[in-house]
Amino acid sequence: MAKNIAKIVLIVLIIGLLAFVAVNGLSLTAVGIPVEIHSVMDEEHGIRKGFDLTGGSVIVYEADAETVTTEQSDTIRDIMRKRLDRLGFTEATVAKQGEKRVVIEIPSVTNPDEAIKTLGKTAKLHFVDSDGVEILTGDDVKDAKAQYGQLSQNGSNEHFVELTLNSAAQQKFYEATTRMSQKADGQNYISIMLDEEEYSRPSVKEPINSDSCVISGSFTAESAKELATTIKEGQLPFNLNVVERRSSGPSLGDNALSSSLFAGMIGLLIILLFMIIVYRLPGVVAAISLIGYITLDVLVLALTRANLSLPGIAGIILSIGMAVDANVIIFERIKDELRLGKTVGAALDAGFHRALVAIIDANVTTAIAAVVLYIFGTGTIKGFAITLGLGIIVSMFTAIVLTKFLLKAFFGLNVKNRWLYGLSKKKDEGGEANV
Amino acid sequence: MFDIIHKKKIFFAIPVAIILIGIICFIAFGGFNLDIDFAGGTEMLIDTKAEFNKDEVTQMVTDTLGFAPNSVQQSLIQPTEVTIKTKTLSTEEAEKLWNAFKTKYNLEDADRLSTNSVSPTVGGELAQSAVLASIITVLLMLVYISFRFEFLSGVSAVVALAHDTLIILSFYAIFRLPVNTNFIACILTILGYSINNTIVVFDRIRENWKYARRERFSEVANRSIWQTMTRSINTAFTTLVTIVCLYIFGVDAIREFALALIVGMVSGTYSSIFIAAPFWDLIRGKQKADKSGKKAKA
Repeated sequence: MAKNIAKIVLIVLIIGLLAFVAVNGLSLTAVGIPVEIHSVMDEEHGIRKGFDLTGGSVIVYEADAETVTTEQSDTIRDIMRKRLDRLGFTEATVAKQGEKRVVIEIPSVTNPDEAIKTLGKTAKLHFVDSDGVEILTGDDVKDAKAQYGQLSQNGSNEHFVELTLNSAAQQKFYEATTRMSQKADGQNYISIMLDEEEYSRPSVKEPINSDSCVISGSFTAESAKELATTIKEGQLPFNLNVVERRSSGPSLGDNALSSSLFAGMIGLLIILLFMIIVYRLPGVVAAISLIGYITLDVLVLALTRANLSLPGIAGIILSIGMAVDANVIIFERIKDELRLGKTVGAALDAGFHRALVAIIDANVTTAIAAVVLYIFGTGTIKGFAITLGLGIIVSMFTAIVLTKFLLKAFFGLNVKNRWLYGLSKKKDEGGEANV
Repeated sequence: MFDIIHKKKIFFAIPVAIILIGIICFIAFGGFNLDIDFAGGTEMLIDTKAEFNKDEVTQMVTDTLGFAPNSVQQSLIQPTEVTIKTKTLSTEEAEKLWNAFKTKYNLEDADRLSTNSVSPTVGGELAQSAVLASIITVLLMLVYISFRFEFLSGVSAVVALAHDTLIILSFYAIFRLPVNTNFIACILTILGYSINNTIVVFDRIRENWKYARRERFSEVANRSIWQTMTRSINTAFTTLVTIVCLYIFGVDAIREFALALIVGMVSGTYSSIFIAAPFWDLIRGKQKADKSGKKAKA
């Protein structure tokens, strides 16, 4: 008896604590334990809200070309990342969508047209000698690649950047390197500039008459790649077109979020009342595990940093309905077993056992839809698939494990009144006699 | 106990009638009301902060851009908000349009609530990948159900899903609702929800059939439908409650989505009760438990 009360109190306490942590966050660093859990409402570490909830812009660029290699699309992505960083949009995200497109999400910008104008400006690449004379521009460079290998016969492997020039530039570059190589050390360099910023200053030791040249120095894999990307910026073999742009002001998102939360609260309240009125004691258990479900679900969403957008909210609210369904299936089964004249204890076991097959089959088929959506969907659809999929997994746990644990604990308190398990008064007559 | 299986013709006829009306509307209206997600185009939502005249707005958009907008719509919840849909605008055109609004209604940048612009090529691809995703989903479900039950039950479940999809499509065709990405999320949610319901009924049939003696399959199916009826209704209620709340309290975009979900949920509940099992019985043919070689294990 006491053990069962303890079990119930423990579960309620754990759920209450989790709910508290979900809302307020938890930091134990003050008492010397390196545990820091952020509130799910934390802007930076909590649930990541899509641009339609926070305001912001999404811009999709597409390469204007028949085919785009993986290497090229990686370059586009890296270039966009650099441009965004240079413009100060460090919180923006850049992702490839297939090989031809990149998706850029900028939370703070609510006017995509302006962002596109700034992003569309290509930085000007130019090579300038130590006298300040411009030798080459971005148009003269055919390709720039980050490489790794031996540069001289006795040298060790190192990272470097290999430039490929077009034929007109080859001559210009030869003349310039001839001039530079004759200068004294410290004056024999060529600056590689992006706009007015110097990115690299390789020194010229001898005239270069080839369509390719090497920029070496103390490069790491990253810095070599960065330089190659910088050089390639502005001389992509194709144009980038804006094929999709979306933006949303913060007030619209606020409204959407608060009204959905309000709707969710009301809906939840009605569900809790409904379950308690219809299923009585199991209904109370369902109410506890449903609150546990919602708490766990938002914590998981915050931990996975899944992107939550409008359809995602609908996905969560829907998954609440489905979490309740598993309990409805179980409780209806228990009632069936009770009507067959089984004792409460036997009915609980049989009810859970028989309902389990239906719940698993039903959830697996729904999970199939979530997985396919996740693989083939883009943007908000993907977010929806994540909330639905996570919802299914979490609800399977709360609806089956948690409900069973609690119901058994209540039963252990010697609660055997069949009315409390949902049977009507009439049918209950003589019920206890069967026990 | 009312014999649902026996009266299946009536229950099949109702959705068929709805779908026929849907097809007629589809043809009469010249297809779906494709939103910019599919058809391409630009959509701007602006809070004018004042009562506005729809014709005046249309005229202003036409004057600014040199062509008429596809639609100018007043928000149902916030009467000062207006949605303008046009063919795909360039960034310059969009700026020009916004500046015209800004001047005319004395607005600030924050009053431009949202802008969505999609080029037509992207829309076509989205439609393709949506159809592909639906087909793959349904095929995988067919495989899973065939494996867990039997092939004919898988086919019946898919027929129930086809029913739900067609009902939602009809609903969109009849009421000219905008078909967009949310619509796809809606269809796939309904497929998941409906199959969930159907499986619960099939699970009961599978169990009852295992222990059935001298009973027709149709009798077992009918009994199983009624045994799961309370559950079907209670689940439909608890799921609908939240969606209806979303519809009542939500913003325009959410309301659209919620309405489609409500229709889909009703359809999904209907199909799992009145379509799936009766159809399974139909294609299974008349069989008695004792002739099928199945012996009760109990």
